[in-house]
Amino acid sequence: MMMKKLMLGAALAVMATAAQATDVMKMAVTTSFNNSGLADVLLPEIKKDLDLEVQLLVVGTGQAIKLGEQGDVDAILVHSRPAEEKYLAGGFGTHRTEIMYNDFVFIGPKEDPAGIKDDASAVEALKDIAGAEAAFVSRGDDSGTHKKELSLWKAADLDVAGFGRWYSAVGAGMGAALNTAAGMNAYILADRASWLNFGNKADLALLYAGDPVLFNQYAYLPVNPELHPHVQTALVDKLEKWLVSDRAKELINGYTINGETLFVFNANAE
Amino acid sequence: MVDLWSGLSQAFWLMVTFDPELVEIALRSLRVTLSALVVASLIAFPLAAMLAVRRFRWRRTIIALLNALMGLPPVVVGLIVYVLLSRSGPLGVLGLLFTPTAMIIAQTIIIVPLIASIAHQSLRELWAEYHDLLISMNVTERQKIHTLIWDSRRALLTAALAGFGRAIGEVGAIMIVGGNIDHATRVLTTAIALETGKGEFALALALGFVLIGLAVAVNLGIHWLGRTERGGRW
Repeated sequence: MMMKKLMLGAALAVMATAAQATDVMKMAVTTSFNNSGLADVLLPEIKKDLDLEVQLLVVGTGQAIKLGEQGDVDAILVHSRPAEEKYLAGGFGTHRTEIMYNDFVFIGPKEDPAGIKDDASAVEALKDIAGAEAAFVSRGDDSGTHKKELSLWKAADLDVAGFGRWYSAVGAGMGAALNTAAGMNAYILADRASWLNFGNKADLALLYAGDPVLFNQYAYLPVNPELHPHVQTALVDKLEKWLVSDRAKELINGYTINGETLFVFNANAE
Repeated sequence: MVDLWSGLSQAFWLMVTFDPELVEIALRSLRVTLSALVVASLIAFPLAAMLAVRRFRWRRTIIALLNALMGLPPVVVGLIVYVLLSRSGPLGVLGLLFTPTAMIIAQTIIIVPLIASIAHQSLRELWAEYHDLLISMNVTERQKIHTLIWDSRRALLTAALAGFGRAIGEVGAIMIVGGNIDHATRVLTTAIALETGKGEFALALALGFVLIGLAVAVNLGIHWLGRTERGGRW
């Protein structure tokens, strides 16, 4: 019985690898990157230019970093500077290359009960929401967006642990959290790309954006081949060269939804 | 309600136009779950028959355990399989994580207790009837098991279909070990989770209807096949 199972597993594994003629690498990316729709633009071009199939694992930044640490992917593309630096300090990655940025925006009920629309800063907006005890949905999943939100609360001198029932940490991805916010007609911090691509906007609207602290830098971090010898370093380098090239610049800067630019390319090609 | 209707109509159009992406995802769902079902049945049926026929010390404990494990939470199975197959885990060298094989392994673990428990139930009743006859014929244990399994094949089919139903609709485990990679490990349930996350409820519902249709079709198909073979006790 055991033999049969093993043989079947082996046969299936062979079948799975035989189907992969072109080069294949795995990259963990954040939900916000994938939900923005940019992946659907970049991946086919990468395949065309490099004959490289990039398989995306779409997870939160926290899980992406974990996958990189364990060597289950070849590279990660995330957006949480402190977590990235900790990852590099631990020796799990070789280096960090900044690729592009987008920005976070405050989404909330159209009527804006907390009145954040004309606030001067992101911190002030959060203070208004907390002051009004308006319903607020937090990602609560240790993702880049969640970490950003927590750092903003901290900057506003407010303690998340002491919040009442108006503050819901849903522990879900960007889309699921937006769904919850739409259902509760609550405020939420989201990245602009996910918001524009989101299909279930209900009574929500984009209320506040533009504070420089809301900029959201994406970086590419290869997994350290010294820790995980199976990592396909050659492919990882090839992809990195492409991501910082003028070709990628053109595609990333040219990607718009409803006429709005989503990402700004800011990589320095050496 | 609007979403429901547009979901239904979208499901209809996806199916009549043979949307290539949908076909790919649906076939992968079938391939993964049917593979898991075959492997699980190969383990569960002989195990159930052995538990019915042989008397040994831990028999009751194993039966109770199997019954309890019927409710095994898929997400926990997924997590355990993930840790085992991770590059940093004991089976990491196989490089199976985020492949359909990993999904098959997880689903197999989830449905073996279910299939074995249901199968054992019917095999035990049949064994009560066959016991004296088979003992008097002085057959080997292997032959006993063989006879039992063959003569209760209808009941075993039901057990297998229950396993199929649990596996094809499962999302927690295969999301973790498969990773929902486009064109590699995306199946119907993980695609539904993804589209829901994007707020595309109509498309998510359409995929859901396709999934339900697929499960019904497989069940009908197997029952139809089952009825064609008459004879024996059943």
